[in-house]
Amino acid sequence: MTDPIRAQIRQVLADHARLPTDAASLPDGADLFQAGMTSHASVNVMLALEDAFDIEFPDAMLRRSAFESIDAIAAAIGEIALQAA
Amino acid sequence: MPTEVRPASPDQARLLRELLDAGLLISSGVPGVYGHGEAFERVREGLDELLSREARERGAIKLRFPPVLPRHQLESTGYLGNFPHLAGSIFSFEGTEAQAAEQAERAASHEDWSEFQSQTEVTLMPAACYPVYPAIAARGRLAPGGVFVDAGGSWVFRHEPSLDPARRQIFHQHELVRIGEPAAVLEWRAEWAQRGLELLRSFGLDAHLDTANDPFFGRRGRMLAANQRAADLKLELLVPIAGPEPTACASFNHHLEHFGQTFGIELADGTTAHTACLGFGHERIVLALLRTHGLDPEAWPAALRSRLWDRLA
Repeated sequence: MTDPIRAQIRQVLADHARLPTDAASLPDGADLFQAGMTSHASVNVMLALEDAFDIEFPDAMLRRSAFESIDAIAAAIGEIALQAA
Repeated sequence: MPTEVRPASPDQARLLRELLDAGLLISSGVPGVYGHGEAFERVREGLDELLSREARERGAIKLRFPPVLPRHQLESTGYLGNFPHLAGSIFSFEGTEAQAAEQAERAASHEDWSEFQSQTEVTLMPAACYPVYPAIAARGRLAPGGVFVDAGGSWVFRHEPSLDPARRQIFHQHELVRIGEPAAVLEWRAEWAQRGLELLRSFGLDAHLDTANDPFFGRRGRMLAANQRAADLKLELLVPIAGPEPTACASFNHHLEHFGQTFGIELADGTTAHTACLGFGHERIVLALLRTHGLDPEAWPAALRSRLWDRLA
């Protein structure tokens, strides 16, 4: 797994998601909320992702499902990149 | 800069005018701050007594708190992160005699005197359940089964000036709080949501239950609100008062471990307690009754009157 976007997402999760498990060992499809990410932690993850990727999530993406897994976050970031292109 | 006053719909504006004309509400000159006439207050007191009786019959203990919260407690709950726009803090004069004279002079001509004011150790009460958690935590570990508290109808403040009579800055929120094991707390909330629904319907109100979210501030808030809805943490009892939308007259909130963790409330086995609260908005329920049954409570159905206040006489 050398996907740089997912690696960067994993780093943001390690710094901000306050998961009881190591973010590096999480499968891409794992449910982050089930893994222990709280509602407030997910907001900090959202803001940190905006900084890390220099993007702004549109209001329609400010919902639980957009941040529920590494895959979901990568898809959301991909969608924003596509709209910006 | 003064806060923008939320406008009223034509229906809301008409209701406010009727309530003031009938002497049910007394204008203060500040939107969302009203006195209560005798007829309004009699219904509200009856409702207060009825809710407390319902709780007492189901094992609630009664605690009462003043309408101010120690600032340190407000800070600990994270309220200012979630609702910075609604919080009211209490400031008081601190300074020299010359400054006091200057303050008085400016105040007399209604100019800005805020520079002479310093923050005190108290804030206005944002939610009537807040003082319950540290009070229960201070008792030590809970007995098995936890505890059920009736915190009564207490004044709470939200800084959201509006011309809708149902959206007040200061009102009575009747809080019932359950603290205990996770399953017991969840079951209690479901039970009381149903009881609350049946209670309002038994008053002849067209009530229904729905999933809801708190008015969290800003972009962070949009995400918190979406999470709250997805996890089904807040339910509201909605009743039509003045259009276009029905108004939330009660809310049933599941906090999971939030307050248990914040204040260190331990279950009998030493793990963190879960909490839930339900808040009935006294004034909104009285408004719903007035709108449904007419502005003269003496002309309401006898069965309803006898449940709310004839029994007090």
